[in-house]
Amino acid sequence: MRRLLLPSLTALLLVSTAQAQDLTAEVAHSWTSGGEAAAVKVISDAFNAKGGKWVDWSVAGFENANAAYVSRLLAGDPPTAKTAVAGPEVTELVAQGLMNDIDAAFHQAVPDGVVPQVVLNAITVDGKVYMAPTGIHAGNWMFYSKPVFEKAGITAAPKTWDEFFAAMDKIKAAGITPIAWGGQSWQEGIVFHGVVLSTIGNAAYAKLYTDKDLAVIDTPEFAQAVKTFARLRDYVDAGAPGRNWNDATAMVIKDEAGVQLLSDFIKGEFTTAGEVAGTDYGCALTPGTDSLISLADAFTFPKTGNADKDKAQVLLAETVLDPTVQAQFSVLKGSVPIRTDIDTSGFDSCAQEAIGLVKQDKIVLDAAMTLSPAINGAFKDAIGAFFADPSMSVEAFIGQYKAAFANG
Amino acid sequence: MADPSAARSPASGPARSGATGRLRLPVAALAALAPAWLIILVVYLGTTVWTVQLSLTNSRMLPSNEFAGLAQYQRLFGTARWSISIHNLVTFGIVYVLGALVVGSLLAIAVDRRVRFESMWRTVFLYPYALSFIVTGLMWQWLMNPEIGIQATMRAAGLGWFTFDWTTRPDMAIYAVSLAGIWQSAGLVMVLMLAGLRGIDADLWRATRIEGIPMWRTYLTIVLPQLGPSLATAFMLLTMGAVRTFDLVVALTNGGPGQSTEVPAKFIMDSLFARQDLGLATAGATVMLVTVMAIAVPILYARDIWARRRSGRL
Repeated sequence: MRRLLLPSLTALLLVSTAQAQDLTAEVAHSWTSGGEAAAVKVISDAFNAKGGKWVDWSVAGFENANAAYVSRLLAGDPPTAKTAVAGPEVTELVAQGLMNDIDAAFHQAVPDGVVPQVVLNAITVDGKVYMAPTGIHAGNWMFYSKPVFEKAGITAAPKTWDEFFAAMDKIKAAGITPIAWGGQSWQEGIVFHGVVLSTIGNAAYAKLYTDKDLAVIDTPEFAQAVKTFARLRDYVDAGAPGRNWNDATAMVIKDEAGVQLLSDFIKGEFTTAGEVAGTDYGCALTPGTDSLISLADAFTFPKTGNADKDKAQVLLAETVLDPTVQAQFSVLKGSVPIRTDIDTSGFDSCAQEAIGLVKQDKIVLDAAMTLSPAINGAFKDAIGAFFADPSMSVEAFIGQYKAAFANG
Repeated sequence: MADPSAARSPASGPARSGATGRLRLPVAALAALAPAWLIILVVYLGTTVWTVQLSLTNSRMLPSNEFAGLAQYQRLFGTARWSISIHNLVTFGIVYVLGALVVGSLLAIAVDRRVRFESMWRTVFLYPYALSFIVTGLMWQWLMNPEIGIQATMRAAGLGWFTFDWTTRPDMAIYAVSLAGIWQSAGLVMVLMLAGLRGIDADLWRATRIEGIPMWRTYLTIVLPQLGPSLATAFMLLTMGAVRTFDLVVALTNGGPGQSTEVPAKFIMDSLFARQDLGLATAGATVMLVTVMAIAVPILYARDIWARRRSGRL
């Protein structure tokens, strides 16, 4: 009897202390697809193991998630945490005084110099860290089918645009669609910005998209990017307009097309189809680029006015920034960890390359991290219209692209 | 819309007959109507006023009260995509409304000729209207996809010349959307017109037959003019539908290729959610509201005059 009593008493005590300190965190996110959901589970499991209680509030599609989140925020009943792109959509809420900072927790969890400076700048407002980044996605990737390259007689991934177009000509000659093109403006926008980086270089890229120095748009290098981008039209098939990104990826997986230019998140499709990086498909940065156009996802923490929730937020931030969680999360999500001091053995060859670039600080920030969603949306409008309409002049496009910045 | 006059008349009858100096309010009727009025005032009018008010502020992600005059409208009409959207809507609206009216009327006339299996045809033609625009859009997206749809099927069957690639061509995509819309809505027009046709006096047909007037002329010059109210109703429903078009475009082309099928409603939704641009979105919504009222008010007014003239009150 006594033997039984003691453990049960301890258990009772444990339960009551857990209740006294209620570390429940309601987490809003839109990571619902296979790999994403598995990645989120890494964080929620780790959070629960540390004594927290994860309550999932997932809404499929980040636009829907955002809309639901903003209405709860305005109603004064925000969730404990929300995932977001570490950029203006968060800093605007910080400016309105709606967010808690996690400065102390961040600096305790992350040694100095471990997170790249540009990313650190992006998650910091007025000297305080407000976001707990999970990882970086890079937009300027080229994924290619190894069998198609072999069939067309291409020995190595093209490193310059001249090499790229020569390779595409060979694939075309072999009777295969050269580029698996997802003809939706957000995808075309990602490709376009990769081309822009390749011609204007890192410094000008940061000047334009971080400092809003519009003079960059008037340089011949920018015009060259537009012309190179326009040339891609010659290498896409008739079914390209409106095609979903995963349908385009399927073309590369089935060796019906040579390359797909897009973010690294598409790797999940290859993995699901049982393809292995380096053997079935290859990856390389967009020709002419040597840095990652980075988009960091992060957990953000609204003010709830509840002391327990504040503690849960700190615990969650610590969990997200934990080196093991960072590595496991990114392997499943297909992203690159934000910390450079973690074990990278579990990553595939594409991610290894990206991790190497992050260590060398070879990253520029994606416009989505520096400019408002309204400007980014107007970019997509201009880029989509230009790619679909070969009769649109380079000058007309540049004018429309520049006008996008007027959306503030 | 609630019609207050219809609800008032039965209640006011006894009130008048029993009026011996003291005023008797139709309490029960008012109580029954109160929730409806509350909903109309708060939900419809309230949100409309709020939308217009927001469009005059500098709101972005969150609503703000900072007055910005007509700055959002200036920005709206300076946006290339908005002008393209309006242009597309006009093209779509004309093709869709006229197309659905013509096809629907022809279907109604065909069914009205007392064809065999009439009820079956009626069901078949009305069936698309029971589908949501999302389903219609997706279905036509597949049918019109040159790689897997009708074109691919015909070419596989040996007709190498066959081309049907409207959704991938910027100059034709808006007609692809119109086609899908007509397919969906023609059945509704058919039902409305059929009801009108069945109301035509059988003697009229006998008279025209005796006079030897050809059938097509009878329809065109005698029957159709009598179907004015049915036509006006169909026109109104279709026009309202065209202005609100959003889901059909999202499912069929998502506004592409380029911006060739962008419509104002999609612009508003994108600005509201994806672009976190409340001010611009509400400005667009306000412009749409004013446009719809400019179309609807004269039609409603004309119908009212029509009805009153018929009942001999004017």
